[in-house]
Amino acid sequence: MKGKVSPTLLKKMKDTTVLESLAVLLFCQLIGELIVLYLEIPVPGPVVGMLLLFAGLMIRGNIPEPLAQTANGLLEQLSLLFVPAGVGVMTHLTLLGKQWLPLTASLVLSTLLTIAVTGLLMQKLANKEGKL
Amino acid sequence: MNDRVASLWVYLSATPLLHLTLTICIFVLARLLYRHYGRHSWMNPVLISVLALVVLLISTDTPYDIYFEGAQFVHFMLGPATVALAIPLYRQWSSLKRHPLALTVSLLSGSLTATVSAILIAKLGGVSDQALISIAPKSVTTPVAMGISETLGGLPSLTAVVVILTGILGASVGPWLLDKLRVTNPMAKGLAMGTASHGIGTGRAIYMGDVAAAFAGLAMGLNGLATTILLPVLWTWFRG
Repeated sequence: MKGKVSPTLLKKMKDTTVLESLAVLLFCQLIGELIVLYLEIPVPGPVVGMLLLFAGLMIRGNIPEPLAQTANGLLEQLSLLFVPAGVGVMTHLTLLGKQWLPLTASLVLSTLLTIAVTGLLMQKLANKEGKL
Repeated sequence: MNDRVASLWVYLSATPLLHLTLTICIFVLARLLYRHYGRHSWMNPVLISVLALVVLLISTDTPYDIYFEGAQFVHFMLGPATVALAIPLYRQWSSLKRHPLALTVSLLSGSLTATVSAILIAKLGGVSDQALISIAPKSVTTPVAMGISETLGGLPSLTAVVVILTGILGASVGPWLLDKLRVTNPMAKGLAMGTASHGIGTGRAIYMGDVAAAFAGLAMGLNGLATTILLPVLWTWFRG
């Protein structure tokens, strides 16, 4: 009898901690949104929430295991979360039809340029810093 | 019989359940396809799902608002997921201590190159301001980029698609370009991939080794922060 009860109890405890971690994430987001609204700064609320959580982790000095699990679970499914917004592109088909050429050119050239600038600079500077 | 089928359709099109289920099912299928084709970047599950859903919605004459009533439940999770990015960022924080100056200078230059060059090239092509600010955060991880775009008056949905395309482009061409430029330092390779093409680039950098992967992940997080802070300033200055 005892052996039957304890796994459910264990699972219950695990479920509670997942819920707590989700509460932590949502709470950070909420505070982030409030800060952005109050200070009227053009920064997304969830990013401020991320900084708050990051600061919290720095102060704490480690990541609580349930929070790490919940965050991993959420981040593993991250790509699914972009789909609804991505489908919204159907409302801009006329814009894309008219301006696809400059948009494509900008995307391709800018991406290549960014990789080149970041990679070359980091290689040069890291070598220099390593020699000092 | 036909009446009963019709009433089923009436029920389905009125409940958010249909489009929520469709979004998740199509994504699951797209991911299976992606794995089947050896994780080829152009088989990106987000790209395939978006294409499939757009075709489906247009062919059934379903407006985006109706679709979003169901899909918003998935969309909502973007907020807490963005907050959760603090965890991988915290994990990679120790890598920063190795080359603080090189990292800061390269990352900021990369971040500025990504936004400024995208805006200038598109501006030359006569792209409208709203589309310009939508594509400017293209190198930043999707949830952050969409937030930036929305806050600055862009079109978050256009941003989402452009970000994914940038990721795929960087992941497929990045390794080749770095090779051509004789960038062999794994820290530099990872940083370039993560700065230019966020999570998808980081996914590719994993095949370049542990150091490259850690720097790519770090670059992704830091570029999100840098762009969040720099782009509003740049944009005000650009329009003023």
